[in-house]
Parts: sequence; structure tokens; C-alpha cells
Amino acid sequence: MAETTMTHTSQMEPRPAGWRGIAADWASDQRAFKNVSWGKAMMWIFLLSDTFIFGCFLLSYMTARISTRVPWPNPSEVFALRIGGSEIPLILIAIMTFVLISSSGTMAMAVNFGYRRDRRKTAILMLLTAALGATFVGMQAFEWTKLITEGVRPWGNPWGAAQFGSCFFMITGFHGTHVTIGVIFLIIVARKVWRGDFDIGRPGFFTSRRGRYENVEIMGLYWHFVDLVWVFIFAFFYLW
Amino acid sequence: MAEATANGLGQHALHATHAHDAATAPVAAEVHQEHPIKLYLVVWAWLFILSTCSYLVDYFGIHGYLRWSLILIFMMLKAGLIVAVFMHMAWERLAMMYAIILPPILVLVFVTMMVFEADYTLLTRIAFFGPGP
Repeated sequence: MAETTMTHTSQMEPRPAGWRGIAADWASDQRAFKNVSWGKAMMWIFLLSDTFIFGCFLLSYMTARISTRVPWPNPSEVFALRIGGSEIPLILIAIMTFVLISSSGTMAMAVNFGYRRDRRKTAILMLLTAALGATFVGMQAFEWTKLITEGVRPWGNPWGAAQFGSCFFMITGFHGTHVTIGVIFLIIVARKVWRGDFDIGRPGFFTSRRGRYENVEIMGLYWHFVDLVWVFIFAFFYLW
Repeated sequence: MAEATANGLGQHALHATHAHDAATAPVAAEVHQEHPIKLYLVVWAWLFILSTCSYLVDYFGIHGYLRWSLILIFMMLKAGLIVAVFMHMAWERLAMMYAIILPPILVLVFVTMMVFEADYTLLTRIAFFGPGP
């Protein structure tokens, strides 16, 4: 199906630019996203729906934080770490941010090498991305352990508003789940790249369809999205 | 889908079926995204700089409206770089860009509604339970 409905860009008549072009693309019984493959468009639409999920989480966090009479715990102090005898605010979260951004950088380069048919570099960069992602999840597990031993629970905590715990566990937990799933899929796709599945057109184990190097980019879209969500969580939950 | 192709995309569908039969024929004109590695390294460096900046906002304990606006500015710049360059949105078709980027902006309407709602909840809580402990 994906292949039969593929529109050939070379045969298409030129489209008007700007809003008229958008209207023309969406009008009259056609595929809206002309030269965008199904895989990519569907991943984007999935990410859009995921955006709404995370949007709702952050929204409910905002609502809880505005509507409580009890002062909100200061994240700067809650997430501080004692390193070398002095309290450094938010340092673990900062390191986690840098780890995740680095993994996004390696993923972007993996996509690039994928399109250049450089199997070795693509697979190595993807595995590096997975390793950085796993590091991130590990640090998050450390952070959770630290907060739980300090007495943070979904129904209360020692420093202030009770909703802090539920918001924290819900938002970071859901994000951490996304990262974990991403790591698993990164390893699967990296194995396929390494084996040359996309060069010889070997059928996938689940869909039985031939993959292309575009799969690496679709995987990359998901991974960058995980990083993107972290940008918002970092700003709204940890820094605000 | 069958109707749609029969009506509007007759030509394309016909051609695509042939390509499918041939099996080895390259699937459509695969849209290649080949940019120099340097582009990614530059964006990567900028993301590091922006993250450091937003961390420093907290480190130096800036407060009030300056803090919030700085956080939002750095956040939007980082999000923009990731979506535009890393996710290649800058090179996508315009119809696709609008389909993906417009709906999340509508979430702001929801945000506005919930700000009013939360303020109302806070007021009723203060009215019934008194100001915070």
C-alpha cells in the first residue's frame, strides 16, 4: 500500500507557493503530503498526538501549581546535589540535559550517514545514541531513588505542596518511558543497519516489508522528539 | 483509498502499480536529506550554549519576569533548532509543516482556559480554607 500510493514528485505539476499551495495540497481527493513518504508522515502525526499527551501533563501541572495555597517546593533546592562539600543547584538535571542533547546530535549524524549508505558509521552512531539514552534513564533512576528516600510520594513531600510528587513522577516517568522505548528501538534499527537489511531489502520481522534508510530518519524523528519534550520539561518543571 | 486513487490520482496510481510490479524499481523519488555534517555540529554547539544559558538563569538565581522570559526564550530557541534542523522540518513541504506545527499552538487556548480555572480554584480555596498554612 505504501508503495502503490507513493506520489511521484517528478510527474507533479508545480504548485503555487504559500497558503495557496497548502490549500491546493489539501483539496480534492488527493494525498495531502505529496512527496512525504507514509512512514514519515505517520511518525509525525504520532508525534503530534504525543505532543498533546505531554501538553496535557504540563497543563495539569500548571493548574495544580497555580491553584495550590501551599508554596511549591523550590526545584532548585530539591534537585541540588552535594559535590565536593558544596550544594550545586540542579546540577544532575543539567547533566541529564547535556546527555540527551548529545544523543540528539549523534542521532542527527546517524541519519546523515544513513542516507550516505555508510552502514558502519550509522550503526555505531545509533548505538552511541542508545548508550547516551540509557545513561539518561540511569540518571533518572538515581534521581527518583534520591527523591523517594527523601520522602517524596505522589501524595506528599516534606517541602510543600503535595501535588509536587504526583506531577514529578507522572511527567518524568512518562518521559523516561519514552526514552526507554526509544533505546530499545534504536538497538533494533541499529542491528538492521549493521546487517545491511536496508541494502538488500530484507523483510522486517514484524511488518514483513522491506525497509529503507529512511527508517533511520523516522527513528531519528522519534528520538529528537524525546529530546524536544525534555526541553519543555526542563523549562517548565525544573526551572520555572 | 481505492476510490481516491481512481478519482484524483489515476495517472500516479497507474504508474505506481507498474513500479510495484517491477519490485526492484526504486520506490518513488526518495527525498534525500543530505546536509553537511558541519550543520549538525553547529546546531549541537548552539543547543549546548542555550542549555548552559538556561541553567545559568537558575544558578545565578534570577527571579521574577526576567527569569520567566529568559527561560521561555531559551526554550523556544532550543525547540526551534531541534525541530527545524535535527528533525528536518525546515526542508519539509509547507503543507506538512503547517499540519504539524499549527495544532500544538492551539494548546495555548487550553492553557488560557486552565489559567482562569486554576485562579478560580485558588480563590475558592482561599475563601473556604483561608490563605496558605
